[in-house]
Amino acid sequence: MNVLQRYRPEPGSAAELNGRRPRPAAGEAAVRLTDITKVYGRGPAAVHAIDRLSLTVDEGEFVCIVGASGCGKSTLLSIVAGLDTPTAGQVETAGRRVAIMFQEPALFPWLTARRNVELALRALRVPREERKRRALELLDSVHLADFADKRPHELSGGMRQRAALARALAQDADVLLMDEPFGALDAMTRDLLHDELERICSERSLSVLFVTHNVREAARLGDRVVLLSSRPGRVIEQYDVPRTGPRRIDSASVATLASQITDRLREEMRRHG
Amino acid sequence: MASTQTPASADAASQNSAIAGLDSLELGDLTKSREPARIARKVWSATWPKLLAIGLVLGAWQLFYLSNFHGDTDSGLVNGPGAGLANLWDQAQHVQLWQAIGNTVRTAVIGYLLAMLIGSILGAVVSRIPPLRAATGSIISGLQTMPSIAWFPFAIILFGTTQSAILFVMVLGAAPSIANGLITGVDYTPPLLLRAGRTMGLRGISLYRHLILPASLPAYLAGLKQGWAFAWRSLMAGQLLVIIVGNLSLGVLLNNAQDNQDLTGAISIMIVILVIGIVVDAIFSKTDLVVRRRRGLLTEAQST
Repeated sequence: MNVLQRYRPEPGSAAELNGRRPRPAAGEAAVRLTDITKVYGRGPAAVHAIDRLSLTVDEGEFVCIVGASGCGKSTLLSIVAGLDTPTAGQVETAGRRVAIMFQEPALFPWLTARRNVELALRALRVPREERKRRALELLDSVHLADFADKRPHELSGGMRQRAALARALAQDADVLLMDEPFGALDAMTRDLLHDELERICSERSLSVLFVTHNVREAARLGDRVVLLSSRPGRVIEQYDVPRTGPRRIDSASVATLASQITDRLREEMRRHG
Repeated sequence: MASTQTPASADAASQNSAIAGLDSLELGDLTKSREPARIARKVWSATWPKLLAIGLVLGAWQLFYLSNFHGDTDSGLVNGPGAGLANLWDQAQHVQLWQAIGNTVRTAVIGYLLAMLIGSILGAVVSRIPPLRAATGSIISGLQTMPSIAWFPFAIILFGTTQSAILFVMVLGAAPSIANGLITGVDYTPPLLLRAGRTMGLRGISLYRHLILPASLPAYLAGLKQGWAFAWRSLMAGQLLVIIVGNLSLGVLLNNAQDNQDLTGAISIMIVILVIGIVVDAIFSKTDLVVRRRRGLLTEAQST
């Protein structure tokens, strides 16, 4: 299917030489974090946001990170995205391209949905003739083809987030970082977007690091759920979610896992109380 | 046919239609009616405040005339709006007024474009280089508070009574506002958009071109508008102060009216100056409205 083909520059072309690093070998970890520490400030006033956190995301794996406030979830994603540098520790993505999505769509308000996507393609040096076609394909894959020429303010919250997803996909990433992307949406829209995200990620075999404070959402989406402690953030528990077939937010298995995680999370909060 | 579909494609189809349904529910009815009655109402609601304003001005003029202030009406110094407008009409028949308008508008355009160029470059450079900004930021703000007319002695000593003196003061008056507008716009670029832009791989010049400059457009436009107001005032002051031999301008006509004790003639020229100012202001307002509408920064009431 045309829509599913991802942009690859011609070997030896300017686009490849300018932007691309060698393709990663399959089967290895997509993201490997080793002893990541992030400290804000110095001396006695220093705040340990993250403390010796180690985590791997396998190729094509969907990892959800949950934790109470102050567990450094967003800081962690910024570090993986290269928007922030860790005080200590290593981030390895083995040349994989990383895209990030925020709680707010962060679309450029002066551009239409299509132009927003095109700009991401342009930053990748996709030739002009290619951009429009590819942007429309990407918007089509998030069911926004009919709204390609609308500006962000003319779209609903869920549509904006889908446009932001299309823009993230345009970045031709192997790893998608999502920072509570559906946190501001109503439950109904969120449900639909969960299904959409699941479909798109498996179609494109993306590796995903998904941060949320919604335990059910994590249990619904993740192949693995990672629980972080608060202040400093550290991995305290990991839950593997067996792939036994389609899940829904109200599936019994999701509810069971969610309550298990919630209990552990409460225990962690009491430690701070 | 449901019977021929696989369960997976039936699921996908129901998912797609659920999304389409949700989208149309959330957007509501976007079609705007284009019926003539609606357009007529729109035109009328845009026109009546202006008609009212003109009526109020003419009414005040008539009252001033009737009040016989200082006995000036009796002495024939003050004319009513009827005679005044007739004077304007009369002047409009002569090429002199049109020459003056042409010269004034040309100077305005040259001075403003110069101020725009210098202000924009200054703003772009200062906003990019923090040490420069710390050094010159307060100078730029300080220049803005300086009444531009105070620069004229300096300009006349430097350039003599020439067009250059007027242009110099126009640029000094307008460029700081334009630079400040651009600097403000750059400062107020939302950090979230900057993060989004950086992860998309926008760097350096392309970050500026595709993100920072478009994001600063509303503030830059506000600076341009304020800059125009300063430039126009500086120009009028300049044309009254710096009389250039052989150069007919609105300022010269105003001066002539003053010398001839021709109050009605002076009012006619003032009306012309006012109209030019209002027209340019309307262009800026319209541009601002278009930019804000595109970005969804208008309320429902403002956008209709």
